[in-house]
Amino acid sequence: MKTAIETKNLTLSYGDSIIINELDLQIPKGEITVFIGGNGCGKSTILRSIARLLKPKNGAVLLEGNAISKMSTKDVAKQMSILPQSPIAPEGLTVLQLVKQGRYPYQTWLKQWTEKDEEEVTKALKATAIEDLKDRPVDSLSGGQRQRAWIAMTLAQDTDVILLDEPTTYLDMTHQIEILDLLYELNEKEQRTIVMVLHDLNLACRYADNIVAIKDRKIYAQGKPEHIVSCPLVKDVFGMDCQITMDPLFGTPLCIPFGKGRCILKEVVL
Amino acid sequence: MSQYKNFRPMKGKVSFLLDKKATIVLIVLIIIAGAIFVLSTGMGDMKLSPLAVLKVFFGGGTEMETLVVQSFRLPRIIVALIVGMALAVAGGILQGIIRNPLASPDVLGLTGGASVAVVSFLAFFSDQNNALTVSIKWMPLAAFAGATIIAMLVYFLAWKNGVSPIRIVLIGIGISALMQALTTLMMIMGPIYRASQANIWITGTVYGSSWGNVAILVPWTIIFIVIAFFMVKNINILELGDDIATGVGGHIQRHRFLLLLISTALVGGSVAFAGGIGFVGLMAPHMARRLVGSSFGALLPVSAFIGAILVMLADLIGRTMFSPLEIPAGVFTAGIGAPYFIYLLFKTRSA
Repeated sequence: MKTAIETKNLTLSYGDSIIINELDLQIPKGEITVFIGGNGCGKSTILRSIARLLKPKNGAVLLEGNAISKMSTKDVAKQMSILPQSPIAPEGLTVLQLVKQGRYPYQTWLKQWTEKDEEEVTKALKATAIEDLKDRPVDSLSGGQRQRAWIAMTLAQDTDVILLDEPTTYLDMTHQIEILDLLYELNEKEQRTIVMVLHDLNLACRYADNIVAIKDRKIYAQGKPEHIVSCPLVKDVFGMDCQITMDPLFGTPLCIPFGKGRCILKEVVL
Repeated sequence: MSQYKNFRPMKGKVSFLLDKKATIVLIVLIIIAGAIFVLSTGMGDMKLSPLAVLKVFFGGGTEMETLVVQSFRLPRIIVALIVGMALAVAGGILQGIIRNPLASPDVLGLTGGASVAVVSFLAFFSDQNNALTVSIKWMPLAAFAGATIIAMLVYFLAWKNGVSPIRIVLIGIGISALMQALTTLMMIMGPIYRASQANIWITGTVYGSSWGNVAILVPWTIIFIVIAFFMVKNINILELGDDIATGVGGHIQRHRFLLLLISTALVGGSVAFAGGIGFVGLMAPHMARRLVGSSFGALLPVSAFIGAILVMLADLIGRTMFSPLEIPAGVFTAGIGAPYFIYLLFKTRSA
């Protein structure tokens, strides 16, 4: 198994308070990796530092073996794209104008719209099925369409590695599946390495080849969902009691939380 | 690609995507600006038909006509045109890099800094008989210095591991308020005659512009507008937020600093020669956004010409409607601008 991204001794801090201490992490190439963990466990922070949005206090992030801090930021942008959490498009910016920005690392003063640019942008619009919306302002689109436009922008960047921070937040169930299916296909067809943060453990189990469970700013476990997701893991990572069964459609682990609620089984059982 | 046209001359060594609609809008605006330019040159105590004006431009016309046009009207109209462009482009850049529709040279304190510099200049260099001890020619330089110092101050105070847009806005508003207080203080302390002089300048007027002013202002403004156009792709990504801009490989801090510098230079130049003509930097980019959207390749040139039209019109109305009284152009830009500003605030609140 090849490694796409590696962190070595990575220490991250906001001001003086240390968020992540000496983290060593390997992210496999050509697979879908999902970070899971409770709120504030540091998963987004790690993703952001991998994407160089956050400068490490110590240690390094290696992209295909090269330290990103020593590469030019444009070269990094040609290999790795990032979609941060809920980005906002300026008023009136059209889908095409947004997606075009993904070509920024390839543009020069004179070459702002080469044939290759056009080809990649068209491909990205097609992959995300928003060709018909290309002249519409981004702020006039529905949540799912908008998110697809942003993903198209990161696709236009034409990178092997795509990082996404909670790409399904604020989307309804249909659109969540739509977005994840799209990313799954990108990985299947083009072997792109996809790394994302997801909140929904069950969807993470379905789509991820590799799960990184983070607890208290440390890696609690990493591996295939069916190997590592268990009741003790959920208890430790999310602080929640549950039962793990098998997804009847996909065979992947399915987490059913305990708690209160209407239990209509009781009547049958009794 | 219905709305757009690919533009790839020289076997693709140069390539751009032309927005057809924006191109048409821009051409129309250029024609309107040209028409106002000619019309305005013909209006005043001595009226000239647009045809007569054109005749003078091309070396014809009577001696009297040539004198009025060349010596009195042209310099101030050119200054109005250029100042409008400079303020509009500066405002457009600021709105893009700060990602706030309310960002403008006025709000960020740049104009305020220039105002304080001017009242201080008038107060400090007046002797007991209210005569200036140094030439008034230095006043523009003082204004420019004021704008620059405030820009630096705002940037410096907003710095915390790089500058964030919201910090620039908040600190800018704070400094702006302080500058207003200082201006008032200086005006009350200084002689009353100076206060009125300062007040006219602060409101903003192109009255009394000379060819000398044109010779400095025009190249200065054009240089920075050209540099701004070369930075368009960087404004485009800054407008998407710091995370996205970094993700696609932009040097956000370097670009933001450079763009702030360009805006300051543009505002400084126009404030130096035309005073604090308000709201143009806020309004013009907004109107442009309504017309051509948020892509800066289209937004900047369109704003520039809207700005030019606004200031030329304000000046035209100011010097003809209440003749022989001269009303500063800034009164009219504020007259349209203030309600527009309230409308914007109202719109952002309800959104």
